[in-house]
Amino acid sequence: MNFVVSIVFSGAVVTLLVLIPWVGVGAFDLRVLFGIVIPYAAVITFFAGLVAKVIGWGRSPVPFRIPTTAGQQWSLPWIKANRVDNPKGNGGVVLRMIFEVLLFRSLFRNTRMEFRNGPRITYEFEKWLWLFGLLFHYAFLVIIIRHLRFFTEPIPFFVKLLENLDGFMQIGIAPLTGYQLPGLFLSGMVLLAAVGFLFLRRLLSAQIRHISLPGDYFPLFLIGAIGFTGILMRYLLKVDIVAVKELTMGLVSFHPTIPGGVGVLFYIHLFLVSVLFFYFPFSKLVHLGGVFLSPTRNLANNSRAVRHVNPWSYPVKTHTYDEYEEEFRDKMVEAGLPVEKAPEPEEEASEEETGEKE
Amino acid sequence: MYDGGKIITGLVIGLALLLFPFFYTAGKAARAPERELTAKAKEAEKCIEATAFMKTGHMKLLDEWRDEVVRDADRYYTSNLTGEVHYKSIQVTCMECHSNKTKFCDRCHTYAGVDPFCWDCHIAPKESE
Repeated sequence: MNFVVSIVFSGAVVTLLVLIPWVGVGAFDLRVLFGIVIPYAAVITFFAGLVAKVIGWGRSPVPFRIPTTAGQQWSLPWIKANRVDNPKGNGGVVLRMIFEVLLFRSLFRNTRMEFRNGPRITYEFEKWLWLFGLLFHYAFLVIIIRHLRFFTEPIPFFVKLLENLDGFMQIGIAPLTGYQLPGLFLSGMVLLAAVGFLFLRRLLSAQIRHISLPGDYFPLFLIGAIGFTGILMRYLLKVDIVAVKELTMGLVSFHPTIPGGVGVLFYIHLFLVSVLFFYFPFSKLVHLGGVFLSPTRNLANNSRAVRHVNPWSYPVKTHTYDEYEEEFRDKMVEAGLPVEKAPEPEEEASEEETGEKE
Repeated sequence: MYDGGKIITGLVIGLALLLFPFFYTAGKAARAPERELTAKAKEAEKCIEATAFMKTGHMKLLDEWRDEVVRDADRYYTSNLTGEVHYKSIQVTCMECHSNKTKFCDRCHTYAGVDPFCWDCHIAPKESE
């Protein structure tokens, strides 16, 4: 699909998703639908979908190890092996998975191949995707943990701790007219900056633009819109935060209520998050669970040390030579053909020989 | 399932983490706290601005007051609601009516997980039970 079409399509869908609760709550007052029904449906879809995906992956056979490694395989004692990048056992695999899940090691390995000075290939430093990917994911994690303050009562210590770290900067009221809060949470700004980078990367690099689809732009726009409405709510167009927490606590304690005085902006934010939850298991975002099931990362490279039998191998009917001889021994002896095991009654001497073989 | 034991274990751990708020809240009915007004605040019937604005915008007002007082010595605030002039001071003006900090300020702040830095410098009023 043409990238302009992709971007326009994704942008239009997100705009529509903003308008739906705006009209639904603003004009038709469907607060129960947007505040209770849709969030619950979204969360149920999310968990059911995620579990189904993981079970589905688990049921897929992995017939052999895929050693896409960046290290020397363990072989002989005097050849130095790389225990983490090319592990032979579970310990190394765990370490490799930790590096992959927490630090995005595969992305860090990225280089850019270019022709320079004629036909000479050079491999250039290219860590920007790794850097902004890391920023994006960790900012998102911090934001999600910070949001636990709306879903727990009393608020656990680690949420407060993280909030204090995230909010160590104060920027005061001054920089923006109408800006309403002295404290600043860095994670929100980092998230939007990282989303911006990830979008520009798709837009500006010709190769990546070529392979980008609506399924790539839409999550970026959606998460951008979620971040933007959240920032609007916190800093500019305020909502009654105590009422918001009453609603979210109602959801999480299964006693849903719709408190009055919560602005439509909150419902837009909630609806976008609900859409993210709906969309999650059916899109590339499900790499949340998928990263743990990457066969190239989570299997030890013991292809040589251990025999791996293809689990879907058809049980082929075989007819071994032993069985063949058993069937035709008399005829073979009759025809003067050599046999491994002589017929029993006739020759006693050869029985000892064959006895050893067995 | 292939490596089913490991995958199911991981899945259960992951779900437990993601469902943490539900487990944490299970069985508890966390009602929103009630702000308690002092007799004096009740009698006054209105704050210096509309209640809806005060609910969402008091932190902005206080932050602006601080800057205006400290930087410009601008000590007087004219209410947009009543046109009355108020002395810009959290200790003298706000806490005059809302002298019950623990029941007026702290309840919601604790509930929403907000730590205002007012009392890093200012002295909270003494409350008598």
